[in-house]
Amino acid sequence: MARGTGTVDTVPQTAGTPPGGADDVSADGPPPQQLRNTYTWARALRRDWRLYTFLILPVAYLIIFRYVPMAGNIVAFRRFRPGSSMFGDEWVGFYYIEMFISDPKFWDVFLNTIVLGTLTLVVVFPLPIVLALMLNELRSRRFKKIAQTITYLPHFMSIVIVAGFVYQLTALNGTVNQVITAVGADPVSFMQRDDWFRTIYVTSEIWQVVGFGTILYLAALTTIDDQLYEAARIDGANRWQQTWHITLPGIRPTIVVLLILNIGTFMAVGFEKVLLLYNPLTYASGDVIATYIYRVALNSGSFSYGAAIGLFEALIGLTLVLSANAIAKRTVGASLW
Amino acid sequence: MVTTDQNVPDITRVRQVPKTVKDSRSYTVFRVVNATVLVIVCGVTLYPFVNLIAKAFSSHGYIVAGQVNLWPRGFNTTTLMEVLTQDRFWTGYGNTIVHTVGGTAIAMALTTTMAYALAKKHLKGRSFFIGMVVVTMFFNGGLVPNYLLISGLGFKNTVWAIIIPNAISAFNLLVMKAFFENFPNDLEEAAAIDGMTVYGIFFRIVLPLSKAVVATMILFYAVAFWNSWFPAMLYLSDPELQPVTLYLRNLLAGATGAGREAGMEEVQIGANLQAVTMLLTVIPIVCVYPFVQKYFVSGVMLGSVKG
Repeated sequence: MARGTGTVDTVPQTAGTPPGGADDVSADGPPPQQLRNTYTWARALRRDWRLYTFLILPVAYLIIFRYVPMAGNIVAFRRFRPGSSMFGDEWVGFYYIEMFISDPKFWDVFLNTIVLGTLTLVVVFPLPIVLALMLNELRSRRFKKIAQTITYLPHFMSIVIVAGFVYQLTALNGTVNQVITAVGADPVSFMQRDDWFRTIYVTSEIWQVVGFGTILYLAALTTIDDQLYEAARIDGANRWQQTWHITLPGIRPTIVVLLILNIGTFMAVGFEKVLLLYNPLTYASGDVIATYIYRVALNSGSFSYGAAIGLFEALIGLTLVLSANAIAKRTVGASLW
Repeated sequence: MVTTDQNVPDITRVRQVPKTVKDSRSYTVFRVVNATVLVIVCGVTLYPFVNLIAKAFSSHGYIVAGQVNLWPRGFNTTTLMEVLTQDRFWTGYGNTIVHTVGGTAIAMALTTTMAYALAKKHLKGRSFFIGMVVVTMFFNGGLVPNYLLISGLGFKNTVWAIIIPNAISAFNLLVMKAFFENFPNDLEEAAAIDGMTVYGIFFRIVLPLSKAVVATMILFYAVAFWNSWFPAMLYLSDPELQPVTLYLRNLLAGATGAGREAGMEEVQIGANLQAVTMLLTVIPIVCVYPFVQKYFVSGVMLGSVKG
């Protein structure tokens, strides 16, 4: 069998020989090299039709539930009336685009989105790195394992549960206010105060994502060669210098890739969590683009207007991830693709 | 034997420091501080759960007075019994189970078959189909077009609105594809020589030998369906169809006065009742979690290996 594998592997994959042998080892054997250019769809279908049957449902699924909605953004340029098709009734050009550009409410939520996104990126993103480095300094495997198990747990909680925790802890009779009254200050009705919304949002985000976020950094840390530390120690580097000159450069590619991914989702700030945590009293700082779209479209029924804002948001997100990737590629040589 | 762990580093490993190396005094201080901070981090992570249990079993008076933190005060289980005998709660739980099982089954059927086909490097059109998947990672239709599509298909107030639209996660699919690409060729070739078709090879050779990665993917999907609430809020207005997460959300919203959006009556709902419902919702996850944690961890790391 080993010999067989060897010969198969030497044939270029584009020539059409299934590396796995698949279904046709018995059918018609590897095609001669010169036939590469004539390897047509007819031939491909004849030899691999069973594999293609595996693709029928998933591809149909992707088209209907992923690509049709993308095309559905056309409704941003067409008027939608109840009962009309999902693509709207008649062309109205940039009517809805102009509408949101001149909508002061839109710019409020746009600003809120940027502030909340930036806060999340600046505060939450570096913490898993710090936590991973701290876990990395432990010498007791048992302690490390327990700490990992505990800190990963919040990741598996539904956002509804996280919101529930927030309500419980910040309630007037909750733990946070008990601490505040214990030190002699007045209790704060956190959920009704718009100046507290961002703090609460970011804190709950830290609680939920930081632990699980260490996994990829810890994985990167295991790939750093122990001999590097050995050598540094012999050269007289202390622990701090070892961390700075060996550990951090070792996980830099991981940091960059995760940063790109985070920038890409920057505009999509935890929409579901905001929806659960905000209320009309905290709209001033809590309302973000996604929640505004939700209210405009689903509560007020202005679907075309909602779609126009959604399209704008998606395009910004796409631009962000593409440019972050390009910058990372040019400056540090690490990128997503 | 093929396992998920084949390329996954052991992140619970601790660095071995030779005994001959003596820590400097300042580093010893650092290690003590480091360990202390980590203990505090763990405490803060667990505190909401502890507080939840305390509130679930306390009597209402103590909660309102703000005297419940670590331990239950005025021990009471009447609220627990009340919730446990409530039809509405069990309906929600049943729906959550239906959504999780149905959604995961559909998602796994589509994801494994597509991943297997795309793992065959000779397949014509392969890169086109992969591109089709990758695009969905960075661009999606958005709330409004999706909503119009699902309503247009007549999925509103049916279980299909929950279990079909979230079937293929591009991330999970690429992880599985990368796994199948590393599947030993010899096994599949031997089966092909024995006259097995692709179907036979996939269902009788590849899948049984990929149990670890299949388990990981099932868990990823199942947790996502178990925790999901927003699609239910969008598409299921019939309380008989709503999952327990949405039931809980309506409790929270009712308690804070934000419930008008969900169209529910505004009632002040006791923190006690909230706590009991939350507790009953998290219990299954917290109980299963320690045993399946390693699959999630290896799944995340598999995903980081570029496909």
